[in-house]
Amino acid sequence: MIKRPFFGLIQARLKYPALIPDQPVAIKDIDLSSKIVLLYENKTGQQNVSRLKAGDKVKTGQRLELFENTSDYIISTATGEVKEISKHTGYFGRNYISITIARNPEDQWDENFKTAGQAGNYEDVIKFLGALPGEAGLSTLLSLNPAEHPPINKIVIKGIDNDLLVANNQTILRTQLDDLKNGIDILSEIMHTTDIIFVVPPALKTQLSELGVTVKTVKPKYPNHFPHMIMKNVLREIVPAGKSPGDSKTGFINAEAVAALGMAFRDREIPIYKILTVIKKDSSVVMVRARVGTPVKDILDTLGIELNHGDRLVLGGPMTGHAVYSEDLPVMYDTDAIMVQGKKQIILSTDTQCINCGECIRACPAKVPVNMLVRVLENGLYDDAADEYGLFSCIECGLCAYVCSARIPVLHFIMLGKHEYALLKNAEESNA
Amino acid sequence: MHSQKLFIGSHAPYFHNGNSVASKSYNIMFAALPAVGMGIYQYGIPALAVITFSISCAMLWELIMNIAMKRPISIGDGDAAAIGLILAMLLPATTPWWIVLTGTFLAIVIGKQIFGGLGCNPFNPVLVAFAILMLSWKNYLDFDAALLNYDLGFKMLYPLGALKHFGINAIGDFTSQGLLMGQQIGGIGASCGLGLIIGGLYLILRGYIRWEIVFSFLIGIFVTALLYNISDPDKYAAPMFHLLTGYTLIGAFFLATEDSSSPVNLVPMLLYGAGAGIFTVLIRNIGAFVDGVVLAVLIFNVANPLLDKIRPKALGKGI
Ligand code: SF4
Ligand code: SF4
Repeated sequence: MIKRPFFGLIQARLKYPALIPDQPVAIKDIDLSSKIVLLYENKTGQQNVSRLKAGDKVKTGQRLELFENTSDYIISTATGEVKEISKHTGYFGRNYISITIARNPEDQWDENFKTAGQAGNYEDVIKFLGALPGEAGLSTLLSLNPAEHPPINKIVIKGIDNDLLVANNQTILRTQLDDLKNGIDILSEIMHTTDIIFVVPPALKTQLSELGVTVKTVKPKYPNHFPHMIMKNVLREIVPAGKSPGDSKTGFINAEAVAALGMAFRDREIPIYKILTVIKKDSSVVMVRARVGTPVKDILDTLGIELNHGDRLVLGGPMTGHAVYSEDLPVMYDTDAIMVQGKKQIILSTDTQCINCGECIRACPAKVPVNMLVRVLENGLYDDAADEYGLFSCIECGLCAYVCSARIPVLHFIMLGKHEYALLKNAEESNA
Repeated sequence: MHSQKLFIGSHAPYFHNGNSVASKSYNIMFAALPAVGMGIYQYGIPALAVITFSISCAMLWELIMNIAMKRPISIGDGDAAAIGLILAMLLPATTPWWIVLTGTFLAIVIGKQIFGGLGCNPFNPVLVAFAILMLSWKNYLDFDAALLNYDLGFKMLYPLGALKHFGINAIGDFTSQGLLMGQQIGGIGASCGLGLIIGGLYLILRGYIRWEIVFSFLIGIFVTALLYNISDPDKYAAPMFHLLTGYTLIGAFFLATEDSSSPVNLVPMLLYGAGAGIFTVLIRNIGAFVDGVVLAVLIFNVANPLLDKIRPKALGKGI
């Protein structure tokens, strides 16, 4: 945990990790699970899985459609037999279908992707790549369905992860330059654009000279590598409050996903391995490569990390991850990190009121008047929060909660506020 | 998916830099020690008695209010104790116990708790209490009268009182150096300039108070006093005199910077500090009161919500 410096006048600068150039990167491969769990986000909210049932045999790389009337699918990342299909509720009530597969040790690859690849038609190939390691919603991101999303004409590849301590993209930069190069070419072809910018911390700039794309450097100060901040500081474009960079026709993609794209075309196999940063209780870090769908428990066991009653398990990094209640949850396409915290390291939030100390104001990169915002949010004044106090300017970096003297779960309030506001607006619309 | 082990669930972020209300309060109290120590050294046991009694009473009132209002017990956060300490620092060493008792009641109950407690007070609780005491029992708080029986080996006149009542010639004996070293009578913890500066700089460096307020307040006082002094040096004291006497320094470091009643955005902080500084000198030079710090800061406490509306546009707003 990064503490306030003794001389607190100098703000704690939270820095992204920097892999030391020229030092080999150690990645531990973990791929022995006898069970694979796939989570399918059930956006349409249908109740009964009609096209898959327990007992079905699946192959690695097989495209599984669960419901009629939707083009959504999920790729099986293992060969074996479907054991269980159940429901799972995630962050902010998101609906998931969880598919447990008893895995055969030998992978048998489904041939459809290969066949599509040999035909050489991008569109057929992309049908299998809705999600890539490092990017859960690739097709959305690249707005491959122009009816739903405005077309992207500029792509920013992120060479550094959003969150602290997480070094997946940097690892890719260090170990998979060829795949990256391939991936960039393919990306440019699929998207019909050559306007591709690679954003890295200064220390990694030289590595990218051979990639043939525009490289921009951004200081590794948190949260400079959030898309909104890159838009502002690098592209000199301010994303309007509440909008995403995609609305400004700019797509952000992790280097990991680009490399995966490159690999997919090279090997004619759907990439199923995810790089993750495992953050141990003492904040030390191990880089791991695991199959998407691997239960978190298997990874922790392999690394000899023990979790006890009262500890905290987080999927994602220390500033933006999600705390989860079960070790059985799987690694997903966008699970960038697994963090465990011991009971003693956890600083709990309190229900103290805001003391107006102003720490959050100094910390907030989006100039949100956080001290006022928490007051209106606490009182449920979501309209005021959005109109006057910058609720939707917040980029969700969590710095305000990190520094809060009163230890208010500020970001939690903000996320809840955004959620409630959306519900309110929806209700108003349907009433109108 | 059920196991016996239960994990802590909470929302991001999962790091915290360790800031807390308690560390803030205790650091403020720690920073007050040099000035308080000097006060105890000068005035002896009575000063110590006022301080300890004030802290105890403040905590007691807080506890009573916690229980009465069915709120969690909050004396552990040190805020009440800090309020008690700072109030005592303003008082003369001879203050009778019942004034201390009333003063802490006013600070904790009227100044803080009835507005909703920590963080909800629109005025600095210490100043609310002190202003009421000042208006109610003027004689007990008049330093010249209260400290009549002391002889500390320097001029036993309250410098600002002397200036107000006897004019500029009466303050000729006060040197900046002497004032800085605490050779003046005044509040228990308010007269040793050096001690206050050391404590204040400590708080600034550690980031517990907002330096913008401190400096703009001091600059406000200095510049205003300087202008007066230039306009009529025979009538108005020099700026250094204003900086080192009365409640100027304790006001700059411990009173104007109270979190809840002061602004947090840059421009408002500067306006607030400078405004309070200017008003302080105005009250001292042309007002009815001997010292202006208490009222000036209170006035700007009132202005704070308005001032703090001047803030930068949040990211992505208005485009
Ligand atoms: S999470 Fe907090 S600090 Fe970060 S942008 Fe939002 S309001 Fe500002
Ligand atoms: S950091 Fe917390 S206590 Fe301080 S002003 Fe911000 S919200 Fe209030």
